[in-house]
Amino acid sequence: MAQSTAVRRRTRAHTTQAREAYILLAPALILVGIFAAFPLVRSVWFAFNEANPFQGIVRFVGFDNFVAIFKNLNFGRYAGNTAFWTLGAVGLQLLLGLTAALMMNQRFALRGAFRGLAMIPWATPSVLVALMWIWILDPNHGILNKILLGLGLIKEPLELLSRPESALPTLVAVDVWQGIPLFAVMILAALQGVSPEQREAAAMDGAGRWATFWAVVWPVIVPTVLITTLLRLIWTSNYVDLVLIMTTGGPGISSTTWALESYLTAYKSADFGQGAAYAVTQAAVLCIFIAIYLRLTRDDGSPR
Amino acid sequence: MRKKQTTPVQVLGRVALYVALFGWLGTILAPYLIMLLTSVTPQAELQTAGASLLPKAITLDAYRDLVTGTDFLIYLRNSLTVVAIAVPLTLTVATGAAIALSRFDFPGKKYAMTGMLLAQLFPAVLLVVSLQGQLRTFGLLDSKIGLALVHSAFATPFATWLLKGFLDSLPRELEESGRIDGASTWQVIGHLILPLLTPGLVAAGTYIFILSWNEFLYALTFTASTDSRTLPIGLHLFIGEFQIRWDLLTAGGVLSVLPVIIGFFLVQDRLVAGLAAGAVKG
Repeated sequence: MAQSTAVRRRTRAHTTQAREAYILLAPALILVGIFAAFPLVRSVWFAFNEANPFQGIVRFVGFDNFVAIFKNLNFGRYAGNTAFWTLGAVGLQLLLGLTAALMMNQRFALRGAFRGLAMIPWATPSVLVALMWIWILDPNHGILNKILLGLGLIKEPLELLSRPESALPTLVAVDVWQGIPLFAVMILAALQGVSPEQREAAAMDGAGRWATFWAVVWPVIVPTVLITTLLRLIWTSNYVDLVLIMTTGGPGISSTTWALESYLTAYKSADFGQGAAYAVTQAAVLCIFIAIYLRLTRDDGSPR
Repeated sequence: MRKKQTTPVQVLGRVALYVALFGWLGTILAPYLIMLLTSVTPQAELQTAGASLLPKAITLDAYRDLVTGTDFLIYLRNSLTVVAIAVPLTLTVATGAAIALSRFDFPGKKYAMTGMLLAQLFPAVLLVVSLQGQLRTFGLLDSKIGLALVHSAFATPFATWLLKGFLDSLPRELEESGRIDGASTWQVIGHLILPLLTPGLVAAGTYIFILSWNEFLYALTFTASTDSRTLPIGLHLFIGEFQIRWDLLTAGGVLSVLPVIIGFFLVQDRLVAGLAAGAVKG
């Protein structure tokens, strides 16, 4: 860290420095505090109360909201859907993103432009991603069904989003489409830290491509892979836009995830308490992943 | 450097690489192309059966209908208003925080850093429930300012992180000499740090712009009238309203994605580098 100057200065003008730093920091802390940190704490408090959109908190109920959602007959289905959605999407994004990053790390013409184009889905509004795919998958006029019918691969149009068995896998596929580029670009950046000399040395020792990858490349990119996977797990499990717009959790509850049920309970059923309880339960489960991450990185001695 | 001799296997490898790369790129870009083509296809032609991606005739009718027959322009104006508030506000507070975290040493610094990192993990679904009542109390529900403030709070942690990373990479000699010459902290920031920070500000600004322009869940929950709804919400309403007018829907899609794609391309190098650095350090 390049803070030796700061440390030296501390003895001289410690209090002035600290005061100026707090003045600089204050606006950000106030903004984030009022519109993010405080509501977060209050939402957690909601989970232990009976609360609705109209009256706010009605009364304290302890763990009743949690008991209610655990006793809900659909609880297992929501949990299964959430696991399928989150692990399926992030797992595929990791696998395909890693493959894409290794490909992009090769020298080829127009690499810079390619990387830019590949990142477009990341900058695309979720509503638009949903809109494009609803149109492509449309049973009557969508291009996918037109092509498949034209090729004679199917006899009837596929109604991917309105069948219980295919709705969630289709949503996962769309999320994977949108999420691969971020993974790929993150890992590509990490790949720049692999020294060509080490690669050469491994090749000289007669290591094959596969062995070289595990011995030389993987150790360098593993911190990035871990943190990106953790962040994506958190974001994907909380990401309701696609599901909300494309299926609203249906047909039935076949594509309802925990996060979506939290939102629907809070707004459609006007039950803020139970809605918050779903979200808090999910946050607790995510803490397990954060703990695993911290454990893995500590044993590794990476990152930081 | 080792002389490379091209063997048939390597040639095959190159070919496979190009096929895979451009197959992937095709999968990424195809939906955008389909959307663009659909938006210029005459409405009647879309209704007919048969696989025809390329329209027989090109028309801009859908764009005309979109502008004259729907509230699209109002949504567009609302989105522009929200980002016009959110971007400068976030940049201001994030720059202050980034300078404090990069250039100062103070008690609690470690906690501020950890807090900024943890804040990136806020689940929107959890916040949305209590934010609604809070915004109502402030009289900011169903208001562009309220939405902009929420977007701003949501974007601040990462923007700070991005700017701090940029500041850390800038040399400090100039500031040191400025201080020795007797300049105050505020003079050093205004005359020496901010000018050098401009590229970082452009990247962070674009990130905030993309986040605010695309944001869906808060906008859906906190806006109720045409006067405050942003483009994503407008498009969402269109999906329900104009289900058979795919030319209209895709025209709306093309117009709403253009600004973000243009913005992204202007700064993609720096933005991607910042994202990657943020992840690696985090």
